[in-house]
Amino acid sequence: MAQTLAQKIIAHAAGVETVAPGEIVTCKVDLAMMHDSGGPRRVQPILEKLGVGVWDPDKVVLISDHYVPAVDAESARILDLTRKFAAAQNLPNFYDMQGICHIVLPERGHLKPGMFVVGGDSHSPTGGAFGCFMFGIGATDMAGVLATGETWVRVPETIQIEVTGGLPLGVSAKDVMLALCARLGMDGGDYQVVEYVGDTIAALPMAERMTLCNMAAELGAQTGLIAGDETTADFIRNAGADPGDIARWQNDADAPVRASHVIDVAALGPQVAAPHSPANSGPVADTAGTKIDQAYIGACTGAKLVDLHMAAEVLKGRKVAKGTRFLVAPASQKDMTTAAADGTLAILTEAGAIMMPSGCGACAGYGAGILAEHEVCIASTARNFQGRMGATSSDVYLGNPYTVAAAAVAGEIRDPREFLA
Amino acid sequence: MSAPEIIDRGIIDRAKVWAYGDNVDTDVLAPGLYMKSPPEEMAKHCLEIVDPDFVPNVRPGDVICAGRNFGMGSSREQAAQSLVFHGVAAVLAPSFGGIFYRNAINHGLMALVCADAPKITAGSHVAIDAVAGKVRDLDGGADYACDPVPPYLLAMLADGGLVLHLEKRFANKETA
Repeated sequence: MAQTLAQKIIAHAAGVETVAPGEIVTCKVDLAMMHDSGGPRRVQPILEKLGVGVWDPDKVVLISDHYVPAVDAESARILDLTRKFAAAQNLPNFYDMQGICHIVLPERGHLKPGMFVVGGDSHSPTGGAFGCFMFGIGATDMAGVLATGETWVRVPETIQIEVTGGLPLGVSAKDVMLALCARLGMDGGDYQVVEYVGDTIAALPMAERMTLCNMAAELGAQTGLIAGDETTADFIRNAGADPGDIARWQNDADAPVRASHVIDVAALGPQVAAPHSPANSGPVADTAGTKIDQAYIGACTGAKLVDLHMAAEVLKGRKVAKGTRFLVAPASQKDMTTAAADGTLAILTEAGAIMMPSGCGACAGYGAGILAEHEVCIASTARNFQGRMGATSSDVYLGNPYTVAAAAVAGEIRDPREFLA
Repeated sequence: MSAPEIIDRGIIDRAKVWAYGDNVDTDVLAPGLYMKSPPEEMAKHCLEIVDPDFVPNVRPGDVICAGRNFGMGSSREQAAQSLVFHGVAAVLAPSFGGIFYRNAINHGLMALVCADAPKITAGSHVAIDAVAGKVRDLDGGADYACDPVPPYLLAMLADGGLVLHLEKRFANKETA
């Protein structure tokens, strides 16, 4: 029976030849990634209750990103507990304040095609950009994985999305996802696999592929997936790891899919999601003129090196509007260092950007940069649920990094193509 | 009192209904502002953005009937845990956020896929048989179908969630 890539990975992890959609199977986990919020503080009491330790410390990656740096007694306590857990469990892969988990994980060479990976965070589908089956789980599920090295999964079907055409000026992977959220809805993924294929994907760098898979979460998919190719292999080699057998981890040509959608991006313009859902997306013209108090480049979705480059293209030689706050939290320490070396950070800060530590911070309403009552923000993040970035009455719009930077300059939402040569 | 004590083999005799719409997200169930707080403090803010009456008035054994994609969003299991804290016995919805569904089962909260859940009104009463896949509106008299909970997951629910399920598994290993 012809198998999808997702089925092949699940079957391999379950130790069987093939699996069928709908079947519940128990899989051995190749890698478990967790962070300071859903990680040690939540799993440690469960492991203690069960009287067991981590099943295989080499297969666990722990990353502090949600409460970094500590802003109060409680976040300091959570981070202290995280560090002590890493030491007590002898975890060789603990990245403390090195950036957001979904970015740091592949950056340090932990992902390659064919792996079955769980992440203690809902944006774990990001890892699917590397041809892995990686999905998000809660803390109790994670404790179960840490105790046993396995977890159950109901074999998903695959929804294929063919992306075709070249991305026009001022348009990025983020716009593809906002357009898909509007078209398919936040439950369009129906907890199945959303797999991206097509000529646009083949031409995209890994960072943009990660944005597509990252926001499979906003489509309600279990995960996003992109089969590996030479671009994938190069990225993994550059991260100091072995990409393994790329040719093995591909779809069978005639593998059945539940549905196929085609999106031609050649005619796509910048998209903006209005409050309070990524599915409230439309062309930037629909929301242009909306006054903003804050513009935020941040999060696993929209603050990687490529995203910082996009913002810099708009901001070069320009200034942030008076009365508007422009906050930038690069996705990882490595991306921040590269952006410092290539002059990007200078462009941002000369324009008036306030640089923030790498971390989840304002996106999730945890750290610095949250909103007051009735304030309006545009962000390069993935979610604009009511109250997520602070006060219940605050409004969050979502856009690509060009659009966020353009809003920072104008003090209102504007079509970023006005600022691009 | 916690939900698992009420569920008893997947059968709920009579439960009061709280009704909500589509896409009730995890930031509504467990607001990010309180994520540093212990679960019992977080639970005080459950659903307050959409329904300030829920926390003061919900009683152990009540159930939630909601629209599509209940629990969408974050992986934070405080979303499910807060409902368990208030003794919510089950959530019925046409579909669930996938991570929320897992988190609910892991905490012993019955999550039932029921296409007709949005038809059931707030304040009415229902009887549920999760094994047979039946929901009865005791006030309106209508009978609805729900997807039966698969045996693999029912075993976990019957043990009171994943932790108690694993505790049993490790205990069996020791005595074997």
